Amino acid sequence: MSFEPKILGIACNWCTYTGADLAGTTRLQYPQNLRVVRVMCSSRINPSFIFRAFQLGADGVLIGGCHPGDCHYNTGNLYARRRLAVTKKILEFSGLEPGRFRVEWISASEGNKFSEVVTEFTAQIKSLGPQTKFKISQ
Amino acid sequence: MSRIGVFVCHCGLNIAKTVRVSELAELAATLPDVVVAKDYKFMCSTPGQEMIVNDIKQHKLDRIIVTACSPLMHEQTFRKVLAASGLNQYLLTIVNIREQVSWVTHDIEEGTTKAKALLNGAVYRARLLAPLTSRVIDVNPNVMVVGGGIAGIQAALELANTGKKVYLVEKNSTIGGHMAQFDKTFPTLDCSACILTPKMDAVLQHKNITMMTSCEVSEVKGFVGNFDITVRQKARYVDHSKCNACLACTEKCPGKGISEWDEGLVKRKAIYIPFPQAVPQKPIIDKESCTFFKKGKCRLCEKACEQKAIDFEQQDTFVQVKVGAVILATGFDLMDTKPLVQYGYGKYPGVYNALEVERLFNSAGPTGGKVTLRDGSEPKSIALLHCIGSRDKNNHEHCSRVCCMYSLKFAHLFKEKTSADVYQFYIDMRAAGKGYEEFYNRIIEEDVKFIRGKGARVTQSADEPGRLVVEAEDTITGKFIKLPVDMVVLSPAIVPRADSKDVARLFNLSTDKQGFFMERHPKLAPLSTMSEGIFIAGVCQSPKDIPDTVAQAYGAAAEALTIVVKDKMELEATTAMVNPASCCGCQNCVRVCPYGAPGFNETKRVSEINEALCKGCGLCASVCPTSAIIARHFTNDQVLAEMEGLMEF
Ligand SMILES: Cc1cc2nc3c(=O)[nH]c(=O)nc-3n(C[C@H](O)[C@H](O)[C@H](O)COP(=O)(O)OP(=O)(O)OC[C@H]3O[C@@H](n4cnc5c(N)ncnc54)[C@H](O)[C@@H]3O)c2cc1C
Ligand code: SF4
Ligand code: SF4
Ligand code: SF4
Repeated sequence: MSFEPKILGIACNWCTYTGADLAGTTRLQYPQNLRVVRVMCSSRINPSFIFRAFQLGADGVLIGGCHPGDCHYNTGNLYARRRLAVTKKILEFSGLEPGRFRVEWISASEGNKFSEVVTEFTAQIKSLGPQTKFKISQ
Repeated sequence: MSRIGVFVCHCGLNIAKTVRVSELAELAATLPDVVVAKDYKFMCSTPGQEMIVNDIKQHKLDRIIVTACSPLMHEQTFRKVLAASGLNQYLLTIVNIREQVSWVTHDIEEGTTKAKALLNGAVYRARLLAPLTSRVIDVNPNVMVVGGGIAGIQAALELANTGKKVYLVEKNSTIGGHMAQFDKTFPTLDCSACILTPKMDAVLQHKNITMMTSCEVSEVKGFVGNFDITVRQKARYVDHSKCNACLACTEKCPGKGISEWDEGLVKRKAIYIPFPQAVPQKPIIDKESCTFFKKGKCRLCEKACEQKAIDFEQQDTFVQVKVGAVILATGFDLMDTKPLVQYGYGKYPGVYNALEVERLFNSAGPTGGKVTLRDGSEPKSIALLHCIGSRDKNNHEHCSRVCCMYSLKFAHLFKEKTSADVYQFYIDMRAAGKGYEEFYNRIIEEDVKFIRGKGARVTQSADEPGRLVVEAEDTITGKFIKLPVDMVVLSPAIVPRADSKDVARLFNLSTDKQGFFMERHPKLAPLSTMSEGIFIAGVCQSPKDIPDTVAQAYGAAAEALTIVVKDKMELEATTAMVNPASCCGCQNCVRVCPYGAPGFNETKRVSEINEALCKGCGLCASVCPTSAIIARHFTNDQVLAEMEGLMEF
């Protein structure tokens, strides 16, 4: 059987989650490896969520928020942007392959961008194979 | 121990086709704390809802998971079901297996596995949910309408007639919008002014409407039910409370500016009203073209004004307005066609855009309603080019919806007012609307020539100086044609207002791919937005004709009314709180919150969050070094538990 990665997504309610819904409404097809957690704002995302996802065995983590400047909470995602950039550095410093963590700004009208990003990211994670660096085996 | 009920919806075949719903219910029954698990054809239907109510009672359920469509669709529906059964509405979890599963895959294996993962995550999360109490707030009964075109006018009148106070904010010095520029309107050809001016007057006369012309919104604070909006009143240099609209000033003014209202075809005075039926009838001074402002000498208007209304010292002022709901009706711009150099707009005097032609037809326009070219001669042949910049992947993909129809209207008016030959260059004739196909047939009878092919280029005639040549491929005959004409009329794409992004940001709206304001749902909530209490109507939402614009205006008025008709309303309870026992007093939260909700209590040396201001984004919770902040409904434990559940499948 081919490797089917598990990808954890965390999406903000107003932009990326709505954009993902739009992908559905317009019946765009993408791989089903992604499981999305909805939060109100990308700024809610605590770096510990991301570390935990990799510990739980996620092969990739995809974060989605509103485009910088278009945050539903004005400045929330500007904080998220900085914090997630640092998180990425720490993950890579700790030995995670750079391709496993990704942050994308996807607006509520970008259903097609959502499906494209998921398709591309899934293919990338497949080619990287299973994530073992952080995974805690049960 | 909680008692969870899981309800899996088939949504007919929408979900059941690519997710094995019964398997989902079977799985649910084996998950921790799940007491009941069922699947049903339509969970949102009355029997579906009753099933949940009965099971809550019968099995003493204290957590409900509805595995169905997106929470953005039906979260509110099912929350009401919980409330009706005496259960706290925040004990509901929705699992989105339609928009984010069954509609995005054809593979039932994949679909079922993903749905199981999502459901598993929801069960883990649901076990940790806590009941929350909604905040009840007083609702301000007033409404603001931004934009005084036909959409804003209609919405304001409707609301004012119900007894609500309306603030109508218009950035121009008159209300009326584009419709006030037209001569006739398709498909009935009734005179635009005859149907619009009575409404403009009604706005002026209405005791419940405060008309705020030459005004723009500069800041929006607050939230649904209690918006606190700052409006910038631009300096008019005429004190309207003194002006009696005699217009003696305008006669004496030597200043010359470009008449925006006449699309730059003529000059106007520096102190002016845009057109004779403008509302209000009181003038403003345009600083750019005023001789006094430019040269420091003149003040002829001041001498002419018996009311002493001229005030060169006037400054912009800021007015504070409190409302419960807002309707945006800011309309559209026409695309600037100068960059499309192949059409020669701005280069050849014989090339016009559609709004300029509207002004030529208008008896109050620059030519008094006579169709003449810039040199004063009457055109003998006229080409109307459809879809300029619309339906064009390189420019705007969307159809502007009204250009086919107004081009037919123009053809009729050209035939009526001149003896010219009239040619339509079109890709497809779009005449979907009540009476539109009939109107099209009528124009065909009027000896207008239809060429099925998009105008590709406009050049200057080599043999006849001053004449133009339209090049196109006639897709019916397959022949390439070159047609000499005197006048070319472009139908530029209808595009969002140049400042629409700024307005969207002020009111916290999303815009769609083209930049029009985005509605909450493309079919079922076309007038509400993702920002609670902010509604949209007219062309600012998408291109449309006057009948559809007016229908939306009525709808938006009704939507706004559903908010301001109540004295009190419930707000989301999903705010943040500080646990004082763990707060270290670093004040990170105070610094980051976009709404200034957290404040530092100097006596207790800890931060506290003002719930009335908190919007529940959760930012503070993720910057708190001691995890003292609890983002209700999205706590660390809840999110982590959900993730754990998701990763097990
Ligand atoms: C050439 C042409 C001919 C047409 N002919 C017809 C026809 O014959 N029949 C028909 O049914 N339809 C016709 N239409 C379509 C018609 O123009 C629209 O349906 C209608 O004007 C939409 O009204 P609106 O109120 O949404 O927008 P608008 O008419 O654009 O009004 C918007 C108003 O909001 C104001 N505003 C904008 N931004 C702000 C801001 N930030 N703050 C405050 N105020 C602001 C503007 O100044 C304006 O007064 C035609 C369109 C064109 C381009
Ligand atoms: S002062 Fe300005 S507005 Fe007044 S008459 Fe002179 S040019 Fe016109
Ligand atoms: S961020 Fe946390 S610890 Fe710091 S002041 Fe705010 S609540 Fe207290
Ligand atoms: S949740 Fe957001 S809005 Fe509420 S206090 Fe924290 S940062 Fe401010």
